[in-house]
Amino acid sequence: MADLLRLENVSKVYSRGLINAQSTIALRNMSLTLREDEPTILTVAGESGSGKTTLAMLLLGFILPTTGQIIYRGRNISTLHGGDKMAYRREVQAVFQDPFAVFNPFYTVDHLLTVPIQRFKLAKSKADARSKMEEALTAVGLRPEDILGRFPHQLSGGQRQRINVARALLLKPKLLIADEPVSMVDASLRATILETLRNLQRDHGVSIIYITHDLTTAYHIAKSIIVLYRGSVMEAGDVDTVIKDPQHPYTQLLVDSIPWPNLDQRWGAQPIKAREAGGGGGGCRFRSRCPQAMEICATEPPLFGLSPSHTASCYLHQEQPEVAMARLSELLPA
Amino acid sequence: MNVTLVHSAVQPHVPMSIAAAEPVLRVRNLEVTYYTDSGRAKALDNVSFSLKAGEKLGMVGESGSGKSTLALAMMRMIKPPGRIEGGQVLVGDTDLMALDQEGMRKARLSRIAYIPQGAMNSLNPVMRIGAQMIDAVRSHLPDEPKPAVEARCKRALQSVDLDAGVFRMYAHELSGGMKQRVCIAIGILLDPDVIIADEPTSALDVVTQRQVMETIDNVQKAINAAVILIGHDMGLMAQFVDRVAVMYAGRLVEMSSVREMFTDPKHPYSRALIRSLPSLDNKGVFQGIPGLAPSLLRLPTGCAFHPRCDSAMPECSTARPEAQILPGGRSVTCHLFDGEA
Repeated sequence: MADLLRLENVSKVYSRGLINAQSTIALRNMSLTLREDEPTILTVAGESGSGKTTLAMLLLGFILPTTGQIIYRGRNISTLHGGDKMAYRREVQAVFQDPFAVFNPFYTVDHLLTVPIQRFKLAKSKADARSKMEEALTAVGLRPEDILGRFPHQLSGGQRQRINVARALLLKPKLLIADEPVSMVDASLRATILETLRNLQRDHGVSIIYITHDLTTAYHIAKSIIVLYRGSVMEAGDVDTVIKDPQHPYTQLLVDSIPWPNLDQRWGAQPIKAREAGGGGGGCRFRSRCPQAMEICATEPPLFGLSPSHTASCYLHQEQPEVAMARLSELLPA
Repeated sequence: MNVTLVHSAVQPHVPMSIAAAEPVLRVRNLEVTYYTDSGRAKALDNVSFSLKAGEKLGMVGESGSGKSTLALAMMRMIKPPGRIEGGQVLVGDTDLMALDQEGMRKARLSRIAYIPQGAMNSLNPVMRIGAQMIDAVRSHLPDEPKPAVEARCKRALQSVDLDAGVFRMYAHELSGGMKQRVCIAIGILLDPDVIIADEPTSALDVVTQRQVMETIDNVQKAINAAVILIGHDMGLMAQFVDRVAVMYAGRLVEMSSVREMFTDPKHPYSRALIRSLPSLDNKGVFQGIPGLAPSLLRLPTGCAFHPRCDSAMPECSTARPEAQILPGGRSVTCHLFDGEA
């Protein structure tokens, strides 16, 4: 079946300076396939600087990869033009972290919904446009009469974030990239927004890439997870397996640091090594903080398959069969 | 001091912090109102609580429930159109509300310290970290000799696990977690009795968050200060605090020990809050709290929570509930518990 979007060995390097040029590898050799016929929710998790937002920007076509290519419906997105580019822009939508920054305070929130309708010629008449807007707002659990005609400052963060989801929904996308959609929203509203996202996947067949540092919400919404650290995949697979039985020392540290709202499940006692500044040398990116680092870690670890739906990039599991990066998507259950 | 020593000699198992049962912080009937163009918004309504030395209190609630206003009011940093309308904030025997401007300036940082929300943006980008710390000490202890001030600053940096080299650095050279720890170091420079931390980790990832919280924990134990942690992450509360206070629309609706709060929440709002928490066992169950937080300008009559409450009774829309102290010392502001006190 058709692949919707495919990353082939994508790396993104940010360099600065002319003479003593310094470069930071934000994402290295990432391969990923999203299929059109199996809508899924994939979490990309990692701390700040892990490359998760770089991945989102690449998928949205806002930045171009340094090496490798991003293929959308069989064509490289850097060469898309005209109608194809419009289709890509419509089918790949985004919800960003900050529900306050995406609104222009001088316009009513309708603006955010009417612009895409005009741009993509989604409606035949004003009444049609209005009914489409109302439909999208209802789908995300908002009452259109409470929302339309209001200014952004009159709405709460949770309402605004749901308007963003409604805007994405209006365009009937195939892929929604949600970059930390709930991190700036009250805890009591998080559940509502996550549920909206999940319904989008279930009822409207939208694939979602959920980018977060919060493994708690990732666990609840996603089917599969990729854990990134400094641009490299550390561990990936089925979300239940990865979070309940993490095999990579980095994932173990992450899971250990989740503040579960449970008095009998304490934070781990494992001391945390501070992260070193700079890009670090070759080999495993986590080596300098890893409590179980070995000599072999100075060489770049491949992915080792732990089960049909679980892989970790760590030499602790070197007796397991290696998995090629290109096959990563096969390990992620849809 | 002698008394305490004699006391602990008699009861060797009781640590000093508990032996000194007198609360270090008492907030009584604190009221804050914002006078806006569209009306008066009562952001804090008759808030009272007390804290013992070494105790950690978590203050939770939705945005707009008055958590940050409470912190600012205790620091007397409410700006117009807001006004503190009444109440007392007693640190030891000093009522902060009765101090003059100069007295309050002295009390800030030395008696009561505030670690603001997004503390990483509150450092001066063009001053070295050390200079900012010295500034803070100097304004309180103008007579302390320079080497002693520097030693004090470096000790504070050390206690938050930062290298002494940070003293000579600028804010942009530090990561988010390090900046947050610098702010904590500044907060504890003068060994305050009370530390208020307003969402100290809201912009940090889980690993850094754990590091920062562990730092606050260690520092707090070292100087035996009372800590108020403001936030809406119940998971963090479960890991960190001893007692939890829940705020709703400017009122304290429930206050109990962290264990009671998580195992047997009383107020319907706290119950909904606890129910909405994600855990490992209920995968894929999303239970938000229906409805929206009310606007302070148009509060519902009676109990402000009644339009969203699943156990609302007729009287909830007419009569305002008062705080009830239940057996065991927890307090609940809800008509369900009228007469149980």
